[in-house]
Amino acid sequence: MLHTKNYHTFLKLPTLILLLLTTYSSFSQEVVNTIIEGKQININEAAEPKPEYNSLIAPYRDKINRDLDEPLAVCSETLDKSKGQFQSNIGDFLASIVLEKSDVIFQKREKKSIDACILNHGGIRAIMPQGNVSARTAFEILPFENTAVVVELKGEQIIEFINYFITEKKPHPIAGLTFSISAAKKPKNVKIKKEPIVLDKTYYIVTNDYLANGGDKMDFFKKGTKTFDLDYKMRNILIDYMKDVDTIKVTSEIKVVQEK
Amino acid sequence: MKRRDFLKNTAASSTLLGLGSLPLSSFESANALEVKKITILHTNDVHSHIDPFPANHPKNPGQGGVARRAAVIDQIRKAEEHVLLLDAGDIFQGTPYFNYYGGELEFKLMSMMKYDLATIGNHDFDNGVEGLLAQLPHAKFDFVSANYDFRNTVLDTHVKPYKIFKKGGIKIGVFGIGVELKGLVDKKLYKETVYNDPIDITSHFAKKLKEDEKCDIVICLSHLGFEYKNDPEKVCDRMLAQKTKNIDLIIGGHTHTFLDKPIVEKNSAGQDVVINQVGAYGINLGRIDFYFDNKMNLSSTGRKIIL
Repeated sequence: MLHTKNYHTFLKLPTLILLLLTTYSSFSQEVVNTIIEGKQININEAAEPKPEYNSLIAPYRDKINRDLDEPLAVCSETLDKSKGQFQSNIGDFLASIVLEKSDVIFQKREKKSIDACILNHGGIRAIMPQGNVSARTAFEILPFENTAVVVELKGEQIIEFINYFITEKKPHPIAGLTFSISAAKKPKNVKIKKEPIVLDKTYYIVTNDYLANGGDKMDFFKKGTKTFDLDYKMRNILIDYMKDVDTIKVTSEIKVVQEK
Repeated sequence: MKRRDFLKNTAASSTLLGLGSLPLSSFESANALEVKKITILHTNDVHSHIDPFPANHPKNPGQGGVARRAAVIDQIRKAEEHVLLLDAGDIFQGTPYFNYYGGELEFKLMSMMKYDLATIGNHDFDNGVEGLLAQLPHAKFDFVSANYDFRNTVLDTHVKPYKIFKKGGIKIGVFGIGVELKGLVDKKLYKETVYNDPIDITSHFAKKLKEDEKCDIVICLSHLGFEYKNDPEKVCDRMLAQKTKNIDLIIGGHTHTFLDKPIVEKNSAGQDVVINQVGAYGINLGRIDFYFDNKMNLSSTGRKIIL
C-alpha cells in the first residue's frame, strides 16, 4: 500500500509542477485587458429595498421626520431654477423674501434700509414643488448653513456684478435691482429701488456669507466697505416665510431685459 | 469565471465567437479560457440622499435610495467575483440627514454596502476639515486625494494620494483628484488645505501607478467636473483625459452630469480613456467591467470598448 502511494505521488508531482508553471507563465506574461464594457444602472422601484438598511436608517429618519414634515404653506406652482434665461421663478421668489425679511432686522439694528438682494443661482439646490411645502422643502432648496449678510457697496460694484452676470449667463437671483443688457453686452438702464444707479453712492446689498466672502468668484463683494452679519440662516428665512403665509405666490416682474 | 458564463453575460459574445482560432491542445486551451473580469461600481454627488425621491417627485419619482442601491450592488456581488465600489465625492450635504448628523449615517451606510474607496468633494468640507475628521471613524473605507495637500490640517495622514487593490491577480491603482477650493468653499472650512494642479499631479501619479507599481488598471477618482462649456480653460475630466496618459478610467463628479453612457477620450499618447459620471443623488450606479485574458479577445486595433 505504502509503496503504491509513493509511486503515485512520484508520478503526479512533475505533472503538477508543469501545469502550475505553464499556467503561471502564460498568465503573467500574456493576460491583458481586452474589453471594457460600461453602463449606467438606474436605481428605482424594481430593486427590493434591503430591510437591514432601513432598520439602520429608521431611528435617524423618524427624528428628522417629526421635525420637518409638518406642512407650513401651499405653493401655487412648481418653482424651478432651470426655467428661464435671466430670471428663474424660484430665484425671484427667494431674492424677494430674503430682501423683505432681512430688511426688517437691518432697520431695527442699523436704522438703515436694504436696497437690493443678490444671490447665486448655484445656491438653489432643489425645486419648490406645487402643493404642500414644509421645513423639509426648505432644507432641500437651501441645504447650506449660510447666513444673511448685508454688504455696503458703491454703485460701481453693482455694475461689476451686472458685468459678471452677463459673462456668467446664469439667472443669478436678484431683487430691488433691474437692468438691461445692451446689444454690445453692456449694462444699461440700471435701477436700484426704481431709481437710476449712482456710481459713487453707497448701497446696502443683502446676500449670504458665502458670496460676501467672494464665493462663486463674486469678487466685487470683497470691495465692500462694511459687512453686517444678520445671524439669520438663509434657510430659516424661507421657513419663517412659509410660516407667515398660507399660499406662496410669485410675482412675474421683469428685472433683466436683453436688447437686440 | 467560466468561459461559457462569460459568453452568455457579455454583449460582446457574438464578436468573441467569431474569432474561431482557439489554441489546439487541451493544455493550452485550458489557459486560453482564462478570463478575468473586474467590475467597477461607482457613485458621485450622492449629497446625503439616503431615502429615495418620493413617488410624486416632479423630476426623479421613486428613484435612488440607499436600501435599493444596496440591493442592486448585492445582486452584482453575487454574480461577480471581483467588484470594486467607489465614490467620487460630495457624499455630504443635500438633505437634513447631513444637517442633523453631520455625515455619520452616510458613512455608516456606505461602510455597510462595502464601499472600497472615495475621494473628497468640495461639499465634504461643509462642516470644515474638523467636521470631516470627526466622521471618519464611521467610514470603514479609505479616502484618496492626490492634489489636496492636508499636511497643515487636522486631516494630515488620514487621506492618502492613492490606493492599490489586487483582485484575482489583477492590480488596480486608484488615485483621487479634487476641484479648486478657492472661491468655491469658504477658507474657514478648508483652512490650510493646499490645492495642487490636477494635470501635473495626475501625470505624476498615473505614471507611478502604471509604470512603477505595474497596475493593470489605473483609475482616477475625480471631483473636477465633466466639462465647463462656458469656461473651456477650466480643468475638467475631459481635459484631464486629453492632457495626460496612463489612465484607463476617470470616474467623475461635481457637475452632476447625467451621461447616458460613459464616453471615450483620446489621451496624450493617442490611447482611449473611458470617462463616466452618474449625475447625482444616488439615482444611478455606474458599472464598468474590465475583461482580462491572454489576448484571445484582443482585436487588431487594441482593446475593445463597448458602451
